[in-house]
Amino acid sequence: MFWQLLQEHFVHTALLAGAVVSVVAGAIGVFVVARGVSFAVHAISELGFTGAAGALVIGLDPVIGMVSGSLVVGAILGVLSLRGSERDSATGAVLAFGLGLGVLFLSLYQGYATEATNLLFGSIVGVSDNQLRSLVAVAAIVAVALAVIYRPLLFSSVDPEVAEARGVPVRALSVAMFLLLALATAATIQVVGVLLVLTLVITPAAAAQRLTARPGAAILLSIAIALASTEGGILLSLEKDWPTSFFITTISFTIYVVARLRAARR
Amino acid sequence: MSTPPVVSAEGLALRFGERELFGGLSFQLGRGEFLAVLGPNGSGKTSLVRLLLGLTQPSAGRVTIEGREPSTNRACVGYVPQQRAFERDLPLRGRDLVRLGLDGHRYAAGRLAASDRARIDAALVAVGASAYADAPVGVLSGGEQQRLRVAQALVCDPRLLLVDEPLLSLDLAYQRIVVGLIDRRRRDAGTPVVFVTHDVNPILPVVDRVLYLAGGTWAIGSVDEVMSTETLSRLYGTEVDVLRVRGRVVVVGVPDEHHHEH
Repeated sequence: MFWQLLQEHFVHTALLAGAVVSVVAGAIGVFVVARGVSFAVHAISELGFTGAAGALVIGLDPVIGMVSGSLVVGAILGVLSLRGSERDSATGAVLAFGLGLGVLFLSLYQGYATEATNLLFGSIVGVSDNQLRSLVAVAAIVAVALAVIYRPLLFSSVDPEVAEARGVPVRALSVAMFLLLALATAATIQVVGVLLVLTLVITPAAAAQRLTARPGAAILLSIAIALASTEGGILLSLEKDWPTSFFITTISFTIYVVARLRAARR
Repeated sequence: MSTPPVVSAEGLALRFGERELFGGLSFQLGRGEFLAVLGPNGSGKTSLVRLLLGLTQPSAGRVTIEGREPSTNRACVGYVPQQRAFERDLPLRGRDLVRLGLDGHRYAAGRLAASDRARIDAALVAVGASAYADAPVGVLSGGEQQRLRVAQALVCDPRLLLVDEPLLSLDLAYQRIVVGLIDRRRRDAGTPVVFVTHDVNPILPVVDRVLYLAGGTWAIGSVDEVMSTETLSRLYGTEVDVLRVRGRVVVVGVPDEHHHEH
């Protein structure tokens, strides 16, 4: 059964899509965790859901709605660049309202059942060749942009006062990071769904920074953990007919727990 | 002084709406000079640093660093902020923090050149931080972090050092160490220092001149000239006593700062 499935085209597409998404989710996750804006990922993701549901209602491709929804919230959070408790409360307020809108859109949309489940919990094995192409394009944009702004973004993420003093455009980089995060999130939703985005954007980065104190190594390790989770999850779901997202979250969470235990013993 | 001044401020004014932080501020800072900037909270000390960094534009007047606008000449002004805790599990080592002072502003930066690696090592040695350079910054003490911050500011071989309350939350031993590192740099390399502080005592042995900002006015001169009953009473517009107790300067009778701002 397993080996037969492994010959299937849709499985290859799923593995490729998973790999592409893991690279960008793992890489941007390190900056998200370093800046302490994990909650914003959730908001961006849920508003991606709202956008997708809205697109379904008016008969557009849900992916376009999802990317738009994520980008709008990403831009707002980046421009506001809030700090501390105000950031969390504002993020929460936006998130709740967005989800409320999403519920309305879903109730207006007739054939919602499967579409909604796929959006919320992912449908990696349903990725089409066209979707894979757009995933690769989005991932390439995020990866190239991150490579170009890596140093100044790291500087402004870990040491904003001195970065600003040295002429680094801290605010513009914050907006850029949130826009890239929105793109990465929209891509990740295709694999694990709106509700489980954190398992690829946050968990691998959080595990990686328990294992290394080097910023470059943390990014590579985070990507590796995201890759292991996604590809491992897809392969396991071929063997046992449980949701792929369950396997992905289980692997990434296990790695996270092991990393924490290892760090605690040091 | 035969060499031209490094910092030159002429008729500098800074206003936020109705409130003037200072006006008509003129001073020059030559090579190797150590200038302390003192004053109550909200008197414009940090704003002056931001003017020198080119992050704020003056309401009137002009400030130049080596004859150029600060915003066009920022590439190597060393800046040490006040100590701020890093998250314990931030993936950043001491040497990474120092490295950001060298290439943190560069886009599409590649691998570190051997010469840059040597500069980072030299900066770490100079502040005595080599032993913990590979530890995550988040697990280091405040004093160790401030040593790294000095190394970060020095690694680009700055022509001017701006330090903003670098001693806050440090114990006395570390205050002395950090002041000593900054003092040594200006003596060895002639880098002038602008040192913002609320307390002049930790830097009394090294300071050349004091710029005191208070109540929209200012005074500049030697410690004895500025930190005097007469000068501070004039700045605050009320009777303030300046005493010398066992070599320390003690200021008595400064009006309540909140009240003062109105």
